[in-house]
Amino acid sequence: MLTRRTLLKVVAGGAGAAAATSVAGTAHARGNHGMPEKALGLLYDGTLCIGCRACISACKSANDMPAEHTALAIGDYWDAPLDISGKTLNVIKCWKSGTGTHKDQVENGFAFTKVSCMHCADPSCVSACPVSAMTKDPTTGIVKYNIEPCIGCRYCVAACPFGVPRFTFDQAFPKISKCQLCQHRFGEGKYAACAEVCPTGATLYGPVADLKAEVARRRSLAPGTRTTFPRGRVGGTDSYTGTVGKYVDHVYGEREIGGTQVMHLSGVPFALLDKPRLPDVAPASVSESIQHAIYYGLLAPFGFLAALSLLAWRSIRRETPPGGEP
Amino acid sequence: MPRDLPISPPDELAGVEERFGLPRRQFLGFCVGLAAAMGLPRSAAAAVAKALTSARRPSVIWLHFQECTGCSESLLRAEHPTLEKLILDVISLDYHETLMAASGHQAEAARLAAMQANKGKYLLVVEGAIPTGANGAYCKIGGHTAIDLLKECAADAAAVIAIGSCASWGGMPSTSPNPTGASSAAEILGKTLLNIPGCPPNPYNFLTTVVHYLTLGKLPELDDKGRPRFAYGRLIHENCERRAHFDAGRFAIEFGDDGHRQGWCLYKLGCKGPETYANCPQILFGDVGTGSWPVGTGHPCIGCTEKGIGFARPIHALAELLTVTPPTQFARPGEPQGHGSTLATVGTIAAVGGLAVGVGIRLAKNIGKRSDEDSGS
Amino acid sequence: MTGPAPVGGRIWNRFTIALAALIGLAIVVLGARFYYGLGAVTNLNDGYPWGLWIAFDVVVGSALGAGGFTVAFMTYILNRGEYHRIIRPALVAALFGYVQATLAVIIDVGRYWDVWHVIVPRYAQVNSVLFEVAVCIMSYTIVLFIEFTPVVLEKLGWTGAKRRLEKVLFFFIAIGVVLPTMHQSSLGTVLVVFGPQVDPIYQTNLLPILFLVSCIGMGLATVVVEGTVSALALARPFERELLGKLMRIGQILAATFLVARFVDLGIRGALPLLFTARAPAVMFWIETALFLTPVLLLGTAASRRDPQRLFVSALTMALGGIVYRLSAYLVAYDTGTGWTYFPSMGEIVVTIGLVAAEILAFIVVIKLLPVLPPARGAEHG
Repeated sequence: MLTRRTLLKVVAGGAGAAAATSVAGTAHARGNHGMPEKALGLLYDGTLCIGCRACISACKSANDMPAEHTALAIGDYWDAPLDISGKTLNVIKCWKSGTGTHKDQVENGFAFTKVSCMHCADPSCVSACPVSAMTKDPTTGIVKYNIEPCIGCRYCVAACPFGVPRFTFDQAFPKISKCQLCQHRFGEGKYAACAEVCPTGATLYGPVADLKAEVARRRSLAPGTRTTFPRGRVGGTDSYTGTVGKYVDHVYGEREIGGTQVMHLSGVPFALLDKPRLPDVAPASVSESIQHAIYYGLLAPFGFLAALSLLAWRSIRRETPPGGEP
Repeated sequence: MPRDLPISPPDELAGVEERFGLPRRQFLGFCVGLAAAMGLPRSAAAAVAKALTSARRPSVIWLHFQECTGCSESLLRAEHPTLEKLILDVISLDYHETLMAASGHQAEAARLAAMQANKGKYLLVVEGAIPTGANGAYCKIGGHTAIDLLKECAADAAAVIAIGSCASWGGMPSTSPNPTGASSAAEILGKTLLNIPGCPPNPYNFLTTVVHYLTLGKLPELDDKGRPRFAYGRLIHENCERRAHFDAGRFAIEFGDDGHRQGWCLYKLGCKGPETYANCPQILFGDVGTGSWPVGTGHPCIGCTEKGIGFARPIHALAELLTVTPPTQFARPGEPQGHGSTLATVGTIAAVGGLAVGVGIRLAKNIGKRSDEDSGS
Repeated sequence: MTGPAPVGGRIWNRFTIALAALIGLAIVVLGARFYYGLGAVTNLNDGYPWGLWIAFDVVVGSALGAGGFTVAFMTYILNRGEYHRIIRPALVAALFGYVQATLAVIIDVGRYWDVWHVIVPRYAQVNSVLFEVAVCIMSYTIVLFIEFTPVVLEKLGWTGAKRRLEKVLFFFIAIGVVLPTMHQSSLGTVLVVFGPQVDPIYQTNLLPILFLVSCIGMGLATVVVEGTVSALALARPFERELLGKLMRIGQILAATFLVARFVDLGIRGALPLLFTARAPAVMFWIETALFLTPVLLLGTAASRRDPQRLFVSALTMALGGIVYRLSAYLVAYDTGTGWTYFPSMGEIVVTIGLVAAEILAFIVVIKLLPVLPPARGAEHG
């Protein structure tokens, strides 16, 4: 009796410790997924944004989304969304301080920021979804939501560190909503509506590699330099001459949770714009590493099952008198 | 026609009908309108009427330099009432090269006489830029350079008004490389003047300013560029009738395309409305109805009132948005969302929790009692 | 030797009628939930997509039902015959705990009519922790029904069928230990993908271990609570030895849990956070106090035979596990600025209704079916 109890203690404790160390050790086993070569994305340059919100309207129009009636702090506005939601896939928010009279300045300033799906290289939502309703396209890298398998569990909503997927709580037959980079328009030769309509090229569409080159180019120019800014898509025919702004020394989305296909440049610190500070490690990689360590090939569970079955069988057989009950 | 007019005592308006050829009601209606344009309360209409009907007519000297006479032409298009009926009877236009009958030495003599007779009391209006190149030789009237004329006439003027962009900041003649050295009246005189920029400016901006001066004895509130705030205090972008299209992202991309035909925003075609201060979309031009201003006709605003924009920036270059402070209907990052606790929910949970704790304690006590009984203690 | 027997007696008394009333209230609220959507009845939002129903009814509810698999493990795997007497009540508690959790999932999930998609191979996303949890919970509920079938067969008198079932029962018992081990630990791993959204005091790679250990403890605690309360209620003698042994294990697990947590915080350098004025820090200390109670109260062998101490220790340990789960899923979860969540009246009413249903079902079953062991006196007398 004592032997078994001690055995139990030792096994429990030892197994626990071993599992813990192995789990801790293999936590980075998987590593972050990289972006596909031809990944498509957006570059949002907050210093170019003039807050016209054409992108909100264009997104609504391109995705057949209804207007939204939200009560803001002052008065009620029709179609001035508070945030992305089941009816709004893209929103421009404005941060203000003090008198709010100087654009892209921290003191008495204001700055615009865009909120929409970041199309991560290693998306938490794709890893979280139990029914493959969230998938990452292997070529374009666009994170797509498919309503067909969705069970409405909202694990993706909880998992996304940027708070992007939104659930239509107000519907009896709800769904998840998020930007899908207007991939439904690719067939017509069109691209992301927000980038297409943006009058200043603050939202720019294109292959992530080209967008990164554009980011590097802008950051290499001194603030105040006059330069050509592309509009619509990078490498397209539309452009204009503008002034380079003063950027904070950080490209948001370059390394956050393994990198995102939508990147942001800003004139004020990203923390002020409520962009979360995130580590370089993708939480999806940690979660999947733990699962794989424990369940790889289902070896451990089946081994455990076999051992237990044997023990149970023997124990029942021993305890059951012939014809009696276990 | 407004129904309840601030009616002044009958004798003050005696002779109005004769002098202006206007029914009294119409005249008073005009005064109410002018007062409104100046941003004065309705009660000020009586003061306006009084100023206009007073016997003494102030003298006005009007100088022309590097100009196209468009500002005068614009004034001639004033309709309600017509210019010759009202302004020539309200003020005494003692020198105006386009409108006066005299010419040559007679004209000059008239000017000097008027300046002498009204020393320190006449209004000087300047139309056109003043060239500084070649010692001012590019513009001479009667042998005098524009520079000398301006300085001479401004010396004894009660107030100087620069009408049109040319006089306000150099205008078209000052377009790069500005070979004649065209300058504004303010630069020549070395002080801030009242400027009424525009190419041409809306005549009512000028007329209202003059009436304001006559009525209240002082010039209207000016901005840092000497422009009356009632006309130049807002960006065109703030009052543009196509603003809804801008806000909704509906832009005309090319002249004649679908969007252009539907009257969409011209920002992407280079409209300078977002960085130009003027009241064009509010009072329009020519009294011919809606849409009678550049944007309304489908051409982007060229920013003719603004130095550095009009005749300087390419017409189709993208304008900078001079939003002072974004409107409040922008969502802020991290807006509060969601429902928190209410008295009812907290109360219920507390009650359930309390009940559970109570039951737990009671059970523990009973278990203790029973177990004591069982062990026979 | 007589076996388990129905307790008998009237089902409907003031208590059970009250339970039925609570269930009725919950059904009304659920009608609104299904007709108008989740937003009409809950305070769930995109900042807190999981609330009371998931954190309490599913996560806590299923953990409390873990008593079934722990006792099964000890009885059939470790061959500890003396736990045999409580295997059926533990099984029934587990069964209703999991049925309640499954019901809660169906109620909470937005597209509930498609919830079977988790077992469709072309939809299944095997990297998802929730996939594994969902499949395991579904399977385990079925296994619990299978394990419960002999009780029903016995009542019906179908001894032949019962004997045939019992020949293969060992396999289901084994599965019935593997599955909960998997999903109860994974209910901890569920939080890992939230990354920095879970407070560093709670976010750790050790989550599966912590959840599993505390779950086994909660299961044992539930069995002990049920054992002492039913002995009190039915005027039967307390099973001091048996329950004492269970709580001994529970005590060890509680100690293991506490040590593991502190060591983990130390290794991750997160110990200083415990002394900050934040809600997760406060919850941590509450949990520590709760888990420490059985460690302190049951130090001596004599104390482990005191039903009152056993009851209180079990209660605090179960409570510790409950608070740990609620904290990890709700308090430590911070999705960003501006979001607020507190359960709505609708959510509270439904939760109370589900728990009431669980209790009512348990009472009905033990009164009608041969679940509870006979009193020891009757056994030998």
